Amino acid sequence: MPFEVLVALRFLREGKIQTILILSGIGVGVAVIVFLSALIGGLQESLIERTLGTQAHIVVRAPEDLVRPVTQGSPGLAVAPRVERPAQRLRSIVGWPQTLELLLALPRVRAASPTVAGAAFALRGLANRSVALRGIEPSSFRRIIDMGPRMTAGEFRVDATNAVIGVELAADLGVSVGDKVRLETPAGRSEVFLVAGVFDVGNKDLNARWVFVSLRAAQTLLDLAGGISTIELKVAEIFDAERVAEEIVARTGLQADSWMKLNQQLLVGLRSQSASSWMIQFFVVVAVALGIASVLVVSVVQKSREIGILKAMGTRTVQVVRIFLVQGTVLGLAGSVFGSALGAGLSFFFASLAKNPDGSATFPVNLSPGLFLGATAIATFTGLLAAVAPAERAASLDPAEVIRYG
Amino acid sequence: MADPLVVLEGVTKSFGTEIVTQVLHGIDLAIQPAEFTALAGPSGSGKSTLLNLLGLLDRPTSGRILLAGRDTSGLSDDERSAVRGRSLGFVFQFHHLLPEFTALENVMMPMLAAKGREEKGMRERAFSLLDEIGLADRASYRATKLSGGQQQRVAVARALVLEPPLVLADEPTGNLDTESGAQVFELLRRVSAEHRTAFLVVTHDERIAARCDRILTMVDGRIRSDERNART
Repeated sequence: MPFEVLVALRFLREGKIQTILILSGIGVGVAVIVFLSALIGGLQESLIERTLGTQAHIVVRAPEDLVRPVTQGSPGLAVAPRVERPAQRLRSIVGWPQTLELLLALPRVRAASPTVAGAAFALRGLANRSVALRGIEPSSFRRIIDMGPRMTAGEFRVDATNAVIGVELAADLGVSVGDKVRLETPAGRSEVFLVAGVFDVGNKDLNARWVFVSLRAAQTLLDLAGGISTIELKVAEIFDAERVAEEIVARTGLQADSWMKLNQQLLVGLRSQSASSWMIQFFVVVAVALGIASVLVVSVVQKSREIGILKAMGTRTVQVVRIFLVQGTVLGLAGSVFGSALGAGLSFFFASLAKNPDGSATFPVNLSPGLFLGATAIATFTGLLAAVAPAERAASLDPAEVIRYG
Repeated sequence: MADPLVVLEGVTKSFGTEIVTQVLHGIDLAIQPAEFTALAGPSGSGKSTLLNLLGLLDRPTSGRILLAGRDTSGLSDDERSAVRGRSLGFVFQFHHLLPEFTALENVMMPMLAAKGREEKGMRERAFSLLDEIGLADRASYRATKLSGGQQQRVAVARALVLEPPLVLADEPTGNLDTESGAQVFELLRRVSAEHRTAFLVVTHDERIAARCDRILTMVDGRIRSDERNART
């Protein structure tokens, strides 16, 4: 063991109460960092997951209809004083198979699925409900939103005249798997479908409105033969979505909306949550650093006699500096190991306090090895940094002074 | 006579910047190898200051200090530390062992500081020195668990561990009862002879001074007398 480490460890071991107190201080600080990061991280992850569980990362659709107003009148032509926005009709993406191929070839796009979306009514007996019709291609749609695990009855089968509806709609219409439902569009087309499955996506509104049918059936109902209204995309890195969307707009001229744009409030919420968590953690680190520094400064004063002896015995100044830097580093390292354990314990305890009816935690915590490594690295580095001033103070002690006055 | 171990040429020392107090007035002194010298004199006469200068713990205001023929005035702090570790041993009045360590570790400490880590043979060397001073059975005792006399004997072993040619002792028996003091002094004389180590012992005690080879008496920052004891 190097001489400096030996002396540093022995100094720490002998300063029992001081060492225990500061270790507890560092430990509590690190525990706060670990716990807060785990909680905020888990919370955000579950929020994003919940949001994206029922949403494509990017939705590509045909550009909106625009009216090009005449701005300069010419003789014999009147200029309209007011130009109304045109009503947006359901339009197909022109040449969508090529577009789909192009989108799938983008490096950051992981999956793409053509869909047809439009408004319809679901009718059964005297009950009728307005619904959002979603014509999908099951094989590719599964890679955008996986409905399999969200099924409460039947299965997610949309082919021929099978349809899948939400639990709310099923209750409203009084149907269950195997029953028939008539779907009718405002344009007057209608078709009878067999309920193949009932889903629950955890959102009452969506459970009441979504009706999945096959792409072909939706095309027929919405009078969009051979066409599709939207292409839904999944990207590899969720926070890349906005950039990928911009790229798609630039390359195809189509309209592309990322989940980030569609959920801006969520993003703002997440960002301010992160910012406040960083702020708290920053001040915890500062408090820990001050604690370590003050303990070491006191220890330099207490150990000035020993430092004088060490110097008289031929210990070089740089060795004295190292003795104190090692103490700071060891305090940071040991404190963060203790703190990581405490933080993890706290997180699990917190997660076990509040449980959803299905047994999952209301407050999900996200404890990753990286979190512990990060907290340990921060605390250790803080310890080293906090020891610099005390170490220099120790190095500047005059051995003659110390020895003369005992 | 062999080349002197230490030579002081016109060494002066002043303290303070505004009110200057001159503590040493032109000291000229040579110490021979293996010489056992007492440095006596009333308190405030500059004994400790002279010892600190000799120990390279402090720098003279003017004059030169030559250690084994080498001028020490141009050395950096770290070089002085290195010379101190290699050529000088210290025994202080208040024992000054490191309380965090055992007797054996305290004796090893100068070797550890010099080499940076424990090497083969260090432990054995320290143990044989403890054996020599009769404290082999206390090797694993904490410094704080030893009596004053025992602590001072361990300090002597520590001063000798790197085989320095000169050991400086500041009132080594001043803090001990008569019997322990006599024991420690006997030990100093014995190891000086066995290891051929020069000792400079600061003392108030005339009985101790009388049993040294040479007695330097300081008064008011000057060496008043320099006698050799014919008896030894």
